[in-house]
Amino acid sequence: MPADGGTLEVRVWRGGAEGRYVPYAVPRRQSQTVLDAVSYIQRHLDASLSYRFACRVGMCGSCAMTVNGKPRWTCRTHVAKVARGGALTVGPLRNLPVIKDLACDMAPFFDKWAKAEGRFRPPTEPARDFVPVRPASPARQAADAGIECIGCAVCYAACDVVAANPDYLGPAALNRAWTLVNDVRDAGQRERLAAVAGDAGCHACHSQQGCREYCPKHLNPTAAIAGLKRVTARAALKGEI
Amino acid sequence: MARPLAPRIETLLWTAQRASAAALGLCVAVHLVTIVLAVRGGLSAAEILARTRGGITWLLFYGLFVVAVAIHAPIGLRSILRETTAWRGRSLDLACGLFALALVVFGWRAVGGLFR
Ligand code: SF4
Ligand code: SF4
Ligand code: FES
Repeated sequence: MPADGGTLEVRVWRGGAEGRYVPYAVPRRQSQTVLDAVSYIQRHLDASLSYRFACRVGMCGSCAMTVNGKPRWTCRTHVAKVARGGALTVGPLRNLPVIKDLACDMAPFFDKWAKAEGRFRPPTEPARDFVPVRPASPARQAADAGIECIGCAVCYAACDVVAANPDYLGPAALNRAWTLVNDVRDAGQRERLAAVAGDAGCHACHSQQGCREYCPKHLNPTAAIAGLKRVTARAALKGEI
Repeated sequence: MARPLAPRIETLLWTAQRASAAALGLCVAVHLVTIVLAVRGGLSAAEILARTRGGITWLLFYGLFVVAVAIHAPIGLRSILRETTAWRGRSLDLACGLFALALVVFGWRAVGGLFR
């Protein structure tokens, strides 16, 4: 792609939990994404820079970073949209341990998906017949609304409650749990509702919608969490959890 | 650290806080309208007391108002403390329970003062 003229100053976090921002001069190009800029640095300026990406088309969820203070998927974020005065500051995602430079340890994030019972629980008896799931049914619609999550942790980095309470399961894990609560085939609902209730679960959410604001897939984890609050309250009143 | 409360209890606390918030919304509105009317009407403290003394409706209304406050405030305080400090566990639960009790005792005492 032809150079668009000009240079972009990209300040990149170097180090682990302790470190500093190092400035690099990157040639400005047309339709350049933040990931393009980071890749340019790694390929041409400093091969020791660590960062993650895979698909480059917004599917894998591995390229999220903090860009000018906001969590973003970098492969689909155009420099033109986010650069301020010809400069970018790129750091690792918030709320996760930094391994090195722009790469975070995603384990705490995905461990919480497991803690939130974010996996399908089949019935113990093998199914004898198909379970009809009407696409227009409210449950299926609710599941559909949250199913396209790519696990990028942008919402997790945006959430102030995660920052305040490191045990909080966070928007993505709770959104995942909500899609399963709406899966009529699942046999682990009671355990799931117990897992997502309480101080580390849906009841800690402030409903301020930071997650929704930044989710690159335009999902609404806040609404999913509100659904969990409703369903767990009903289950608690009935003594089911 | 003490074992955290069961998910069921946490959920019921949250539900109680939501329900008491709804009750408080109504109570505060009635309370404010009452104040505005009393002030506009130029009622003195003695005149207000003359109207509330022996009034079962006022007793019930403000008695319930106190209960809603005593449910709502300690649960919220507990959440705020857990989020902003390292205080958790049974000692915090107990402290918030005592706070609820204090709100009921002092609140009802004040309501009693209007009634008697
Ligand atoms: S709405 Fe809830 S989950 Fe989303 S960012 Fe706010 S506190 Fe976190
Ligand atoms: S909910 Fe959105 S922001 Fe959060 S992990 Fe999924 S895709 Fe990323
Ligand atoms: S590299 Fe796959 S989503 Fe950005």
